[in-house]
Amino acid sequence: MYEKNGEKYFVVDSHMHYWDASPENWVPGAEQYAKGWIECFHAYQSLGPAETHWSIEHFQKYSEADLMKDLFEDGHVDVAIAQPTYLKEWYTEGFNTTERNGQLLRNHPDKFRLNTRFDPRDGEAGMREFERNVEEWKPLGAKLYTAEWNGDSRGFKLSDPECYKFLERAQELGIRNIHIHKGPTIWPLDKDAFDVSDVDKAATTFQGLNFIVEHVGLPRIEDFCFMATQEPNVYAGLSVVLGGLMHARPRFFAKVMGELLFWVGEDKMTFGSDYAIWEPRWQVEGLVDWDYPEGHDYDDYPRLGVDGKKKILGLNAAKLYDIPVPAELQLSADTPAAQDDAELVNREVAQA
Amino acid sequence: MTVLSDTRVLGSNSNDAAAASSLGTTARVWEALRAVRDPELDTDVVSLDFVASVEVSEHGVAHVSLRLPTYFCAPNFAFLMVADAHDVVSAADGVSRADVVLIDHFASDAINAGVAARAGFVSSMAGTEVGEAVAELDELRRTFTERALMAGTDLVVRPLMREGVTPEQVAAMTLGEAPASDDLRRLRARRRELGIPSEDTDPLVVDPTGRTVGVDALPLHLRKARSYQVGVDANTSICRGQLAARYGV
Repeated sequence: MYEKNGEKYFVVDSHMHYWDASPENWVPGAEQYAKGWIECFHAYQSLGPAETHWSIEHFQKYSEADLMKDLFEDGHVDVAIAQPTYLKEWYTEGFNTTERNGQLLRNHPDKFRLNTRFDPRDGEAGMREFERNVEEWKPLGAKLYTAEWNGDSRGFKLSDPECYKFLERAQELGIRNIHIHKGPTIWPLDKDAFDVSDVDKAATTFQGLNFIVEHVGLPRIEDFCFMATQEPNVYAGLSVVLGGLMHARPRFFAKVMGELLFWVGEDKMTFGSDYAIWEPRWQVEGLVDWDYPEGHDYDDYPRLGVDGKKKILGLNAAKLYDIPVPAELQLSADTPAAQDDAELVNREVAQA
Repeated sequence: MTVLSDTRVLGSNSNDAAAASSLGTTARVWEALRAVRDPELDTDVVSLDFVASVEVSEHGVAHVSLRLPTYFCAPNFAFLMVADAHDVVSAADGVSRADVVLIDHFASDAINAGVAARAGFVSSMAGTEVGEAVAELDELRRTFTERALMAGTDLVVRPLMREGVTPEQVAAMTLGEAPASDDLRRLRARRRELGIPSEDTDPLVVDPTGRTVGVDALPLHLRKARSYQVGVDANTSICRGQLAARYGV
């Protein structure tokens, strides 16, 4: 929970990781990829405030105690949703598996929600593994990487028939939220893996599932926006948007937020720190303090008031994951700030 | 800053004329590289600081090193940039042979060998450790050039509307009637690349297929154009930040 100016914000970090990228976990013969991967992540961290930068050694492997402190003691986070990233071709025990995240859930059941994953190209064996994970961990969500290589395959689409089988099964098993990585490439790719039309098709077909597009389709934010505006069950996952832009390029950050607020709206945007790339603390505090910079470039974007920030920081994700929110942290029925903003926007529209 | 590696040329060479000529060629190679763009960012590789070094030998062999913000930048875009650089450097005056390499990238070896052999993307990646490719890159390039056209439309039209030009006037405006600017020149270039007419008498606002945009469709078209421009800006700032962190530039 974060409190500022008398307002209390319930914080759900809906996209974070608990990885082991230390040299001991590098697959022999694939060291350059394992090393290159974590160094690439580490470079992203440099886009945050200098005082939050870590040494590469610490960044490769941080402890559970580090994580608990960074998120819950210092980072204002109430509940975190742990997302898996396997990368077993490079990391012997995996980079960040369901099981590894499971340690967090076992030790702190009230602090975490655990997501699992599937890869439709793994066929029947993959389906059995997915079912086992769902049975063991009872997740409400899964994280998918469509750009990931697998054997001879150079990626898959959510709209592939094999993937539909998994999505159907996921729905039957009680999965509700599909987080899909559409952003900076996670794997060597040679095709247009940023294309989001597959999300569009799947979201139309599977009305019982929500699709949270992590990193909002970078480098194709606009294609994502044009799609999300038409699909009620598509959300914008703000990981990387906040971490990569809010501090380093505040004016561009403001424009991206303006675009997302215009096309997608504050009811369908979710905060994710992308920890351990970035710590949540400065992101939460920065978003609460955030407003558009001076200048006409931002005039016709929707404003973001206190209520909108509460939704983005936690209330939207709490709904998606059935996370109980204390009464005093819910939106109050009377919301003068939002009304002021609405009037402001109306005035601007009238003037335009 | 990028490093001009001219020490060899300026050093022990006995032929001053050859040295001077190499220097001139070096400058021309840098200039030629400005025609090579990162398709995703719609910015040239010199402005982006992706050119690590240029060195021209006394025999006119141009050695160019390119670098990217991360070890895992998409190999398809990387291949396009290295291949384009090879083409423009080869064509520069005074260059007898171009030797363009990508450094510090997971697919450096495959890409460099493929470009040197003037092979396509698919055969360059075939059988390599980093994996095989499924398609050539013409379609990808076109997709991103179309996006550049949309983003460029925002850069040209937004200032006009801010000065009070009405949607009706914008919809009826020709390229020749729009005020000259770098953004307009770039927009025309992207249109030419897409095969869309770009003479003075051609309409200012067209969609990526070249169709004119009527006044009714204009507000949404411009709203989308702006979103494209914001996307390009956001990507560019992340890439620049990554490059700075990686190379201390």
